[in-house]
Amino acid sequence: MSGYVYYPGCSLKGNAKHYEESILPVFKEIDLPLEELEDWNCCGATAYFSVDDRMAAAICGRNLSLAEKMQKDIIAPCAGCFLTLKKSNKFLAGGSEKARKILGALDKAGCSYGGKVDVKHPLQVLVQEDILERIKARVTRPLAGLKVACYYGCQLVRPFTDFDDPDYPMTLDRLMAAIGAEPVDYSAKTRCCGGSLTGTIEEVGLRLNYILLKEAKKKGADVIATICPLCQFNLEILQDKMVKKYKDDITIPILYFSQLLGLGLGLSKNTLGFSRSIIDLKPMWGKIENGGRR
Amino acid sequence: MEIQRKVKYEEELDRTFSEVIKTMSGDNELDHCIQCGTCSSSCPMSVYMDYPPRKIIALVKNGFKDEALRSFTIWLCPSCYTCQVRCPAKIKITDVMYALKRLAIQEKVYPSRFSIPVLDREMSKMIAKNGRNSELWVVLKLYLKSRKPLGLLKMAPMGLKLMKTGRMSLKKESIKDKKQLRTLLKALKEEA
Ligand code: SF4
Ligand code: SF4
Repeated sequence: MSGYVYYPGCSLKGNAKHYEESILPVFKEIDLPLEELEDWNCCGATAYFSVDDRMAAAICGRNLSLAEKMQKDIIAPCAGCFLTLKKSNKFLAGGSEKARKILGALDKAGCSYGGKVDVKHPLQVLVQEDILERIKARVTRPLAGLKVACYYGCQLVRPFTDFDDPDYPMTLDRLMAAIGAEPVDYSAKTRCCGGSLTGTIEEVGLRLNYILLKEAKKKGADVIATICPLCQFNLEILQDKMVKKYKDDITIPILYFSQLLGLGLGLSKNTLGFSRSIIDLKPMWGKIENGGRR
Repeated sequence: MEIQRKVKYEEELDRTFSEVIKTMSGDNELDHCIQCGTCSSSCPMSVYMDYPPRKIIALVKNGFKDEALRSFTIWLCPSCYTCQVRCPAKIKITDVMYALKRLAIQEKVYPSRFSIPVLDREMSKMIAKNGRNSELWVVLKLYLKSRKPLGLLKMAPMGLKLMKTGRMSLKKESIKDKKQLRTLLKALKEEA
């Protein structure tokens, strides 16, 4: 397939609007403008695989078929969508009896799928050598002095990653370094945020996220860069509760990596969705504008 | 104190169970498990689980259907795949958890007000109907169906923060071609 089509998924149209508001301008800036997949449907997330795996694969099949008609590969910024689409794609190509039946149903519904589409995460595309060079050449506002904890979470690097390590990935660290920021050695970078547990069993969700924030603080990070809407939400939304519960000031901004990238590429601060941050960004701006540690 | 037997006799086990889960989780070679415990020690949730992943695999392998399906473990697993990528026997442990969840939902053996299966079900229903899920509506349903309306009050400050930053939408999202989705899901039922 030649070129990419953008699959937003439900989050980037909902609470993760600022992910969309930053990833699209960044791709445009590096000459890879993305167009949205027409009439895409929800990928089903982890929920559908817990209820009905055939339907889960079928609804992903519809998205893959839409992209195939456009002869494009999919770019899915939400790590949950990325994994779900990738997993279904692999399953549908596997040739099992079950897969054949699902492909048959897709046929009947007028969305046949021939298995030609690849599913990628934007990070994976941005760290390809030629593109990373392009980015480096176009940095106009280096984020010197900003210490970033790069948080990969689970679904991007496990279990299917072919572009980075499942335990200690480094691609996002390299990308952040390319725009002049200083990645810290964040040992919790692939520890789970608990996914929807924050909403269902809060005491467990709180503790999991506290561990992640605490570790970033310990390493001296000014900000955590995320690649997934669910991680971003979990890490950000309960910070005030954690401060109270654990009597520990773990307050730290949680941004999308694309927001920082846009900043480095010199895009306007006002168009990258920073106003959607629930955590006060003032201390972080101080670090960047001073061009170094205080 | 009453003395209770903790271990089952052979005739009390369900010997077909491991085959069922093997198939449901995608031809998974559960017999290759060497009970090394790498999965349990890697699992970020194991401190909260009644049976850590190693034990779940042992339960499934040996036919302890009830224990596995009624475990707290399967609902605590957010599918982080850490166990799966580390297992030296290449067992797809996360997929076993998924299969157990599906079977527990099918056989209705989970605490009825336990909100994780409720969330999974409500989201799936919404997607089957509209093709997309609307965050706010899923959350509302979750609390109503799991009969925890008070939980909603607790969520209010969170909602407010999202509202203030323009991150909460009241709109019910939907795809245009719902007919195609219906045809697809119907065709899928017929193929089963
Ligand atoms: S890591 Fe694999 S082999 Fe080891 S106990 Fe777990 S399932 Fe068995
Ligand atoms: S996938 Fe589930 S069982 Fe495996 S390590 Fe993660 S939380 Fe534990």
